[in-house]
Amino acid sequence: MHILEGNAVTKHFGGLAAVSHVDFAVDPGQVVGLIGPNGAGKTTLFNLISGALVPESGTIRFQEAAITGLKPHLICRKGLARTFQSVRIFPHLSAHANVQVAALFGRTDRRSVAEANQETVELLEFVGLSGLESLPAKDLKLPSQKRLEVARALATQPQLLLLDELMAGLNPTEVAGAMDLVYRIRDRGVTLFLIEHVMKAIMSVCDRIMVLHHGEKIAEGTPQEIATSRAVVDVYLGE
Amino acid sequence: MLQVCNVNAFYGKVQALWDVSLEIHEAELVALVGSNGAGKTTLLKTISGQLRPASGNVEFLGRRIEGLPPHVVVELGICHIPEGARVFPEMTVRENLDMGAYPLSAWKQKEKTREQVYELFPLLKERERQLARTLSGGERQMLAIGRGLMSRPRLCLFDEPSYGLAPLMVKEIFRIIQGLREQGNTVFLIEQNVRRALEIADRAYVLENGRICLAGACGELAESEFVQKAYLGL
Repeated sequence: MHILEGNAVTKHFGGLAAVSHVDFAVDPGQVVGLIGPNGAGKTTLFNLISGALVPESGTIRFQEAAITGLKPHLICRKGLARTFQSVRIFPHLSAHANVQVAALFGRTDRRSVAEANQETVELLEFVGLSGLESLPAKDLKLPSQKRLEVARALATQPQLLLLDELMAGLNPTEVAGAMDLVYRIRDRGVTLFLIEHVMKAIMSVCDRIMVLHHGEKIAEGTPQEIATSRAVVDVYLGE
Repeated sequence: MLQVCNVNAFYGKVQALWDVSLEIHEAELVALVGSNGAGKTTLLKTISGQLRPASGNVEFLGRRIEGLPPHVVVELGICHIPEGARVFPEMTVRENLDMGAYPLSAWKQKEKTREQVYELFPLLKERERQLARTLSGGERQMLAIGRGLMSRPRLCLFDEPSYGLAPLMVKEIFRIIQGLREQGNTVFLIEQNVRRALEIADRAYVLENGRICLAGACGELAESEFVQKAYLGL
């Protein structure tokens, strides 16, 4: 059984096919990578899955149930959470409050404020933001804001988490830390679907990778298969 | 060409730069390396006039420029290509480019410069009439670089130009930066792709906690145990 499955998902912007008849599937427990040139439609696909955009045609199923066209908050409460390429934090709320909001309202089982608080503290520690919880989120450095989004997403108790460029702007040493975070999220039992351009990271953390180009899926396979695919080298990796 | 002397700068009450000094010679490509939060962007902002240093001075072509407003600094020949591809979302690609050409001398040549930018980034020409907000993250980065070049700068300050770009495009961006230098431009480059930055730059400074802690030729720095451990992930 796939945890996430898309069939012929399509979305145009004006005359441009941003995502065109794309099929995809993610199995539970996997880490699946989504790569492709800039403008290939990767973030658009995440927007379609998470409900920020509605596909014109095609279907998306999460845990066997159709979620096509559902509102983002309802999809989130079903257990499908995401982070954003350009961070969407609540800038003036504290780091703690950013996560607490998700723990209280991002899921269907209602928790007490005390339970949500405790969970928030644990999650901030899990992503490495202990000590910064009282700062307004806007005062965190960009990589910390991305980790804050991860904590916020995890607070909704997702079964599937979409990560959109968690590692952009990190130096190689910081990338190693982010890879460790990805492994630890997987070890919590969360399935991961991630967009990333850092090849060293994506090749080692992913079980499978799919490649988009001009809104179409041009390749899919293991990291080894992708690294040696002629089409992928031509449009994405370079020689 | 550029001389930064004993600069101290604050963000609110927090001191972000401590006694920073460095120099960049004409036609040099100099890299600035450091962790996230080290103060790299702050340093670029004090050079381009977006932040006035509390003390110390910045000299460009023999003229004191610290505290001058950014639009005057651009007129003098310094362009700052900001991190995170900050473009004008509700303007078209072409309008964004033209916004970069506001220095009078650049405005007169903007048609020609725009063609040169389109040669570097053919994709921008294809998207000429699209609103910038409809571009992908990587396309916006190209647009931000193109807009910077529209001012026909003598010194380009790049803040993480490869941020969010696909591998092929990263190679392309580095090729473009090298090309700028080969045409006689001077480049000061912040880049998290430290390995690649050290390959193409002549010299580099390492900034940690707001202080310059290392400086030297790139070859030597790449061999340094500290740099390997802290930035190259070795």
